[in-house]
Amino acid sequence: MTTWLYILAAGVVAFLTKLVGYLVPARVLKSKRMTRVAGTLTIGLLASLTVLNTFANGQQLTFDARIGSLLAAFIALLLRAPFLVVVIVGAAAAALLRWAGLP
Amino acid sequence: MKLWQSPAARTGASVAVATGLYGVSFGALGVASGLDFWQTQVLSLLLFSGGSQFAFIGVLAGGGSGGAALGSAALLGIRNAVYGMQLNALIGPKGWLRLGAAHVTIDESMATASAQTDPAERKRAFWVTGIGIFLLWNLFTALGSLLGGAIGDPKVWGLDGAAVAAFLALLWPRLRAREPASIAVACAVVTVAVVPFVPPGVPVLVAAVVAALWGLFGTGKADEGLEPDVDPGAHTKPEGRMP
Repeated sequence: MTTWLYILAAGVVAFLTKLVGYLVPARVLKSKRMTRVAGTLTIGLLASLTVLNTFANGQQLTFDARIGSLLAAFIALLLRAPFLVVVIVGAAAAALLRWAGLP
Repeated sequence: MKLWQSPAARTGASVAVATGLYGVSFGALGVASGLDFWQTQVLSLLLFSGGSQFAFIGVLAGGGSGGAALGSAALLGIRNAVYGMQLNALIGPKGWLRLGAAHVTIDESMATASAQTDPAERKRAFWVTGIGIFLLWNLFTALGSLLGGAIGDPKVWGLDGAAVAAFLALLWPRLRAREPASIAVACAVVTVAVVPFVPPGVPVLVAAVVAALWGLFGTGKADEGLEPDVDPGAHTKPEGRMP
């Protein structure tokens, strides 16, 4: 039940964030600093989520098949593969390594 | 001009197809993270912002609390306020239309609209991309959830590895210069360093603080990190762009 509350709250917050841009006078938000922080936040959060999903297992750092996914996705992106292909390559790498016996 | 004759609308449609398709990965990862079909679907219907949605389920999958998931999704959505402000100036929707415009304000609709120079084409690009992605993204989320629910143990299929790849692919187009790469490395290192000491989900928020401070006190480009996942320019090249 609480999961539902967080889901609905996330939806409301996301919508209001978008709407603020349309309702607030441009000069309020149009500072370079606001734009910059929005950008650096995006980069920082995505980088953090990438390593978190690769190495974290609760509060432990683990080295398992997901590292293979990170490397395989990296190579796919270097080869300019589209998003969906990168995701499938990442899944395939982890699945193969687990099939070969890695945790 | 009829909608299907408009180059901007066609660009929007192709971006919508490319982006909508990967809703299938969100759906599959949503149910793998422990959410049910409708919880995953409501994220696509209401939260509707790829990065924030992946952040929400990524934090849950890592054992983080609902509050931490909400926090990361909200922080990752802040750039949409900047897009909203820019789109308000570019296409200026009036009255209730603003609510619809706000809902479909995402990386891709912003990028395709801002790539147009003609005001009418700009509007077509924005609405076709935004509405197109909303419909396809939700359709493919549903497909992905059903698929993810049907395959059994998600680890055997490497779905946790798919999440890693998805986050790297979302980050990738934003790393076109040295500064964003440095921010990414710094935040990655901080995340790994704090994992053993704070509850799951909190490392992302620590990284967010580092990134925000970097943005506030650093001196790089103003729009670093505000790139779309799918480059709208890639679809318009045959039509008169210089090679």
